[in-house]
Amino acid sequence: MTDLIRLTDVEKTYTRGKEKIAIFERLSMHIPQGDFIAIMGPSGSGKTTLLNLLGGTDRVTRGQIEFDGKRIDKMNEGQLTNWRAQNVGFIFQFYNLMPILTAAQNVELPLLLTNLSQSKRRENVKTALNIVGLSDRARHKPREMSGGQQQRVAIARAIVADPKLLLCDEPTGDLDRTTADEVLGTLQLLNRDLGKTIVMVTHDAAAAKFAKRILHLDKGHFNEQELAA
Amino acid sequence: MNDLTLMRKNLWRKPVRTTLLLISIMIAFLLFGVLVSFNVAITDVRTAPNRMVTLSKINFTESLPIAYYDRVLHTDGVLAATHMNWFGGYYQDPRRGFLAVFAVDPDSYLRVYRDDLHLTPQARETFLHERTALLVPRNIAERYGWRVGQHIPINSNIFTNGTNGGHVWDFTVAGIFETPDGNSQANSVLIRYDYFNDTITFGKDRIGWISFLTTSATVNDRVAHAIDARFANSQDETSTQDAAAFNRSFAAQLGNIALVVTLVVGAAFAAILLIVGTTMALAVRERTKEVGVLKTLGFSSGRVLRMVLGESMLLSLLGAALGLLAAAGVLYIFSRINGGGGGGGGLHLYPSVVGVSAAIALALGLVTGLLPALSAYRMNIIEALGRR
Ligand SMILES: Nc1ncnc2c1ncn2[C@@H]1O[C@H](COP(=O)(O)OP(=O)(O)OP(=O)(O)O)[C@@H](O)[C@H]1O
Ligand SMILES: [Mg+2]
Repeated sequence: MTDLIRLTDVEKTYTRGKEKIAIFERLSMHIPQGDFIAIMGPSGSGKTTLLNLLGGTDRVTRGQIEFDGKRIDKMNEGQLTNWRAQNVGFIFQFYNLMPILTAAQNVELPLLLTNLSQSKRRENVKTALNIVGLSDRARHKPREMSGGQQQRVAIARAIVADPKLLLCDEPTGDLDRTTADEVLGTLQLLNRDLGKTIVMVTHDAAAAKFAKRILHLDKGHFNEQELAA
Repeated sequence: MNDLTLMRKNLWRKPVRTTLLLISIMIAFLLFGVLVSFNVAITDVRTAPNRMVTLSKINFTESLPIAYYDRVLHTDGVLAATHMNWFGGYYQDPRRGFLAVFAVDPDSYLRVYRDDLHLTPQARETFLHERTALLVPRNIAERYGWRVGQHIPINSNIFTNGTNGGHVWDFTVAGIFETPDGNSQANSVLIRYDYFNDTITFGKDRIGWISFLTTSATVNDRVAHAIDARFANSQDETSTQDAAAFNRSFAAQLGNIALVVTLVVGAAFAAILLIVGTTMALAVRERTKEVGVLKTLGFSSGRVLRMVLGESMLLSLLGAALGLLAAAGVLYIFSRINGGGGGGGGLHLYPSVVGVSAAIALALGLVTGLLPALSAYRMNIIEALGRR
């Protein structure tokens, strides 16, 4: 399997006043195309920071991040923004949908960054909503939907532009078991049937079991736990 | 859906708040549209460049001896001259509005203002020969329902009629005239000086001012100097100036309208600048997280900036449009009620006022949106999405 992502000797430090806090000192990892990784670890271990680095919303202090052979750590702000629009879908714990837009409009947002025609966009939105099983909620506003439904809209938004990578930060952290399992099932389906590479941060061991492998992040290092597929 | 949809939806996210903002912007532009249009109507009377006036140096309400008229007429460079008196007047009841009645010398008046009134030959003949003849502009005739040949009593709020001891004079409508748009004579009701002068109890043989044409605008200055020098150190010193300058100073005498307009409108705009500016800042701040999400999805900082600016532009342009619409309505009502009594031409929303308003609205949108737009532009994704 080819690697989609390659982190090499990544260092990430924050300076708070005079104090330097190192989150990672020499973090390296490979993420093959089509992988589904669950990242677990204690609070403050740097899971969110890692997702931000992978998604290009944050910058490494030192080291390299390659995506599909391209060095994203070398990109400028504008290049990184475009790269994100084309290659990464984000799913947050609290959905982060636009309250003023309907489900369909929320899903359409990333397509405003493409050259697709109006009709093509509508078609893609429909497909994405179909995949997450929410075709019948297209015209609903977020506040008219349950948490699980909102998260599925967020997943549709994340996949509508057909990115290779999905980054999920505790996507089920705010959902009950049954709803969480439905959402996780959807992610699994995206991984298995559509070949999306998924990196998911979770505190929930049951959620992590939906992934192909689990990485434990602690004190800036990984311990891998293989799961039977 | 496109960026404009997003701006529109963001704008109407809090309908009550947006409505209140729109109303406050609307009021500012309503004030601006109405006051500035008034000011334009009063000051922007179109006059020929070679038209001049001679009046008392002390004050335009001060009269001059009639003998001055002849001397001005025979000054080098003067083509034609006429004299006019302010009669002041109203029809039956002052509450129905005042009339700009002028006592004029028919023959010379019709020569000096030949191009300013559209008169039928018959009306002209009557005015030249009938002592009690009255010429009325179309809008005023329509307002009071006057017809040619009708006898009309007009009251003066200044003079007393020696023949009856009262303040009322009887006139016969000799003709109804039209004027080109924005003309200085647009609202003038004209009566004859001889009738006026023979019947008044004071101020006899004096004239209000002399209006004349020079042979060419290039000699205006020379003529003005010659006339004023001629009467220097006399009982009645004069001041001679272009009619355009006179109109401006006349307007200035009415109270410094331009200053009032500037102050009132300035205060209104300063207020909405603060209100809209802080509200926009607040609105964007409330949306910090959404800005973070947009940026995460791949919206560039520049695009986010344009969206916030677009929203504030939308708001101020919409408010301005509503305000100008209201101003047009108010001005229309004023012009109906007042017969345009407040100076040259029919009062309306001038295209120049609309143009300036559009520029102000754009500037307002830009200024009120700039800080929030910049803060959205600079907003860091990770900070915007916040830490748990
Ligand atoms: N902008 C920042 N400035 C300073 N310190 C930061 C900043 N962002 C993160 N940190 C620190 O980095 C560490 C890792 O944070 P991160 O959010 O990645 O942890 P996490 O593993 O996602 O935790 P949790 O499970 O609670 O979400 C924390 O100690 C945090 O305080
Ligand atoms: Mg976290």
